[in-house]
Amino acid sequence: MIDIEALTGIAFNVRKNVIKMSTNGGCFVGSAFSCIELIVFLYECYLDLPKIVQKEKRRDILLLSKGHAVSAIYGYLVEKEVLPLSALDDHNTRIDSDIYLHPNQKIPCIEFSSGSLGHMLSVAVGAAIFRKRNKIPAKNIVILGDGELNEGSVWESVLVASSNELDNLIMIVDRNNYQANFRTEDLIMLEPLASKFSSFGCDVYEVNGHSFYELDGCFSSLLHNNDKPIVIIANTVRGKGIPEIEEKWDKWFLEVTEEEADVFLKKLYKCA
Amino acid sequence: MNYEEKLLELMSLDTRLFVLTSENRGPVVSVAERFPDRFCDVGICEQTMVGIAAGMSKFCGLITIVHAMASFLTMRAYEFIRTDIGIHRLPVKIVGSSPGIYSEFNGPTHQAIEDVALMHTIPSMNIFVPADMNELVLGMEKIISSEEPWYIRYNNFKGENGHTDFQIGKAEVIGIGDEVAILTYGAMFENSLKLLNLLSDHGIFGKVLNMRCLSPIDENAIVTAAIECGRLVVIEDHFKFGGLYTLISEILIKNKIVASVDSFCFLDYFKAGSATDIISYYGLSYKKIFEAIYGDV
Repeated sequence: MIDIEALTGIAFNVRKNVIKMSTNGGCFVGSAFSCIELIVFLYECYLDLPKIVQKEKRRDILLLSKGHAVSAIYGYLVEKEVLPLSALDDHNTRIDSDIYLHPNQKIPCIEFSSGSLGHMLSVAVGAAIFRKRNKIPAKNIVILGDGELNEGSVWESVLVASSNELDNLIMIVDRNNYQANFRTEDLIMLEPLASKFSSFGCDVYEVNGHSFYELDGCFSSLLHNNDKPIVIIANTVRGKGIPEIEEKWDKWFLEVTEEEADVFLKKLYKCA
Repeated sequence: MNYEEKLLELMSLDTRLFVLTSENRGPVVSVAERFPDRFCDVGICEQTMVGIAAGMSKFCGLITIVHAMASFLTMRAYEFIRTDIGIHRLPVKIVGSSPGIYSEFNGPTHQAIEDVALMHTIPSMNIFVPADMNELVLGMEKIISSEEPWYIRYNNFKGENGHTDFQIGKAEVIGIGDEVAILTYGAMFENSLKLLNLLSDHGIFGKVLNMRCLSPIDENAIVTAAIECGRLVVIEDHFKFGGLYTLISEILIKNKIVASVDSFCFLDYFKAGSATDIISYYGLSYKKIFEAIYGDV
């Protein structure tokens, strides 16, 4: 059984950390907030975190293809004391800091420097092809943004994943309904998204991406032996946790003063 | 021995080698049969193939060797090569087939005459430009087993010239004359040897520098040739910008050397035709180059 109260507490603190990072040159708060429960659930309940930190050869792999949301991972790593508290101050402030707006593989748990959209799925497919053929049971997970699905390379990779019967590959779509400056459906229509992935040969699941209860149920029910790549459409809210920024198209990236951060911290509520 | 035979030999010796193709299996058609577990054809998606290779090299300890036409591989997949292989310095070997004049009748869409320039903009990328199949096979062992990323400008020309031992970053020097140095690589090598012979028939003695690698480049050989000869002739089936001419110019400037440098290359996309006709039409044949630089002899 997962401890939903504990997980909710962790997610709350991760959001606090992201807000602190947004005072140092800003960060993609809206994007990070939509996938915080996903990140917390995966590291706390689904992946073998110690092996990831130790970079063991046959470790689980989590790749953040929507790399601009990396403050969610950094915030989590600070909460878990994998990164020091000072990492929050280092964000965007020093030329010699390894912590900036996009994932940097020099940081523990960041497997691959990313940020250019449409890349990480192909990288994960590479690992998954070899691991499936060689019966290496480790997990291969990619978190994709829904806006990122505009990139043709994502769909190329889904075709290859399907043809190679990669039931060891999990694609999680952070379906917050926004891309950088637009609602996804107002620019490039993605719906019906589930049937698009189904028609590409994937096993598709849908879940409330902010509910630890639902995430646990979903991940417990995944089929890994039917030769189909797994897609989880996680329905989320951009900016989830602070009412003022939720589902606001212009709150993708936020740079705030210490005073504004204090206001946000007071308004932050616990999600789950 | 050809590329495929050498690759099969290397794969039998090193289980880290994994071969990828993007539907056109031309140079490696038998790998699928011989090593099905270490072969994957991803279909016509060059950028995805490069990403897949990066994932395999990064997370599975493999040396991956990707194959596609040089034009699509270096251009369609450029950002994936730069970002996923280049930034991470992964041991992925990028084998571009039909580069330069070898695209022959395909027309400008299939011409890779900016491939060297593009690959050179990636700091960690090494560039191997064999003169023919003999030299390609000669260099493969060191290059394939290297832990670094390499761009291999594939060349299946069955040249009859033997080559000296291959060392990464060292040019092959043919001739000892000191009146002119012909600097070249790849498909223009044999043409350059013929130019050397034609010159010697006219009492002009020089040497050919077959560069073999453009990154790392044999700076010492270029500097020595420039000081000894004072006159350099650069022949390449590539755009002027970003190819060997540019690299030599930079080296001369860096070393504060004054030398005459004639460039024979492409200034625009070329007409579709046989390799021989392309060379002749664009003034790259040894006879036309001779006339251009020594027309008054």
